[in-house]
Amino acid sequence: MQTVKMVITGPFSSGKTQFIQSVSEIDVVSTERKISSEAEKIKESTTVAMDFGRITVDAELVLYLFGTPGQKRFDFMWEILSEGMLGFVVMVDSTRPETFREAKSILETFRAYAPTPYVVAANKQDKPEAWPIEDLRIALRLDPNVKLLPCTAVDKEKVKEVLLELLYSILAEMEAQSA
Amino acid sequence: MALKGNLRDFSTTQLLNLVNLAKKTGSIIIEGPGQMAQMAFRNGKLIYAQMGQEDGNLAFILHKAGKLNEEQVKVLRARAATAGDKELGLLLINAGYVSQGDIIASIRTHVLDVVYRLFTWVEGIFRFEPAIMPGEDKITVPIDLENVIIEGTRRVREWEHLVDELPSLDLALKFANRPNVNMAEKIKEMKLSVEEWRVVHFINPKNSMKAIAKANNMSDLEMRRIVYSLIQAGLVELIRPEGMARPAPVTSAGKKAAAQAASPEGKAQQTNVINKLISRIRSL
Repeated sequence: MQTVKMVITGPFSSGKTQFIQSVSEIDVVSTERKISSEAEKIKESTTVAMDFGRITVDAELVLYLFGTPGQKRFDFMWEILSEGMLGFVVMVDSTRPETFREAKSILETFRAYAPTPYVVAANKQDKPEAWPIEDLRIALRLDPNVKLLPCTAVDKEKVKEVLLELLYSILAEMEAQSA
Repeated sequence: MALKGNLRDFSTTQLLNLVNLAKKTGSIIIEGPGQMAQMAFRNGKLIYAQMGQEDGNLAFILHKAGKLNEEQVKVLRARAATAGDKELGLLLINAGYVSQGDIIASIRTHVLDVVYRLFTWVEGIFRFEPAIMPGEDKITVPIDLENVIIEGTRRVREWEHLVDELPSLDLALKFANRPNVNMAEKIKEMKLSVEEWRVVHFINPKNSMKAIAKANNMSDLEMRRIVYSLIQAGLVELIRPEGMARPAPVTSAGKKAAAQAASPEGKAQQTNVINKLISRIRSL
């Protein structure tokens, strides 16, 4: 049995757990805890170690999706989770500009840990207050060739599109290395 | 009673505050990860600091401060190799190379540079040695600790912010891509500081930020500060340096699989895995 892994990262409350939940064939094995800090009480609970989802391809191949904890104080987990990953998705809450800087910082950190292909998923694009994709690209200072994809983590089809785009990037990189 | 501990539990700020309030005389020796440092005090005032094996002699300090050029330093090292700092200082003043004020200001800047770097150390065994003082040949400049503590604390806050923004100096820099703009040309028209120009001069996908800092004799803090402002202005972007290993995707089969992945068969197998994943996710 071969297992491969992708990592879903991003700031606190960007939608990582929901993203994995939307495509995982098992209930996400979550390490959520009630939030105690008043400043972070924009949701009831948060991931403290990792989320864990699974997609079985066939009898010999399984894809695992790991979600990282979003709060900075758990960032010691990031390096462990990034080891051996095929690629990673950076989730950004398009409605919360106060998290864009942190999203950029997380992206740079992951690139430093493991320079594997990645895509950026602009979550909550269904909300009226969501920033437009091209404005987000500027705010996140993303190079034009970085894939910035509109996403709604509760929508399975949108999540599939993000994962497929990441896989296309991984494939393209493999082909470029073979050439 | 021995005054010793770890910076993890008692920070540089707290140590300096203690020395200041107790008006201590002696040296604090800190054994940090990979480097050792010494700060010396007289009656609660900072008088000297030395970072590990870094060159701390007067010729180097004056060169760093721009008071002596490289050629002059070479000549001094050849002709006055055995002279102590005090003797060398007198020689330079008498020869008209520098003034007494130049020497004091340069030493002060050097000492503060070392101490401010120590503020960013979060780990290190320290001990206070009342009997250890700088050598007789060293020129000491008394500096009040209150301002050092305030400035050091401010720099720690800045340092923490910059480390958040630029966690790794292993990445390289490239000029930002903007449609119809040649960024390398545009930068030439801008008013940059001397230090910023020194960094811009080395921008190349082959040079990591760490290498640029080393080539320019800059501290990590100075480097981060300059790069941060260039990024904020949209002039440069971070990239993976050329030649930095791109790890092949590793599967649960571990290192053996990683080694196999490098072979043509391994690459074909990996491509097959990705194609299988694509088909599966499409079918969800």
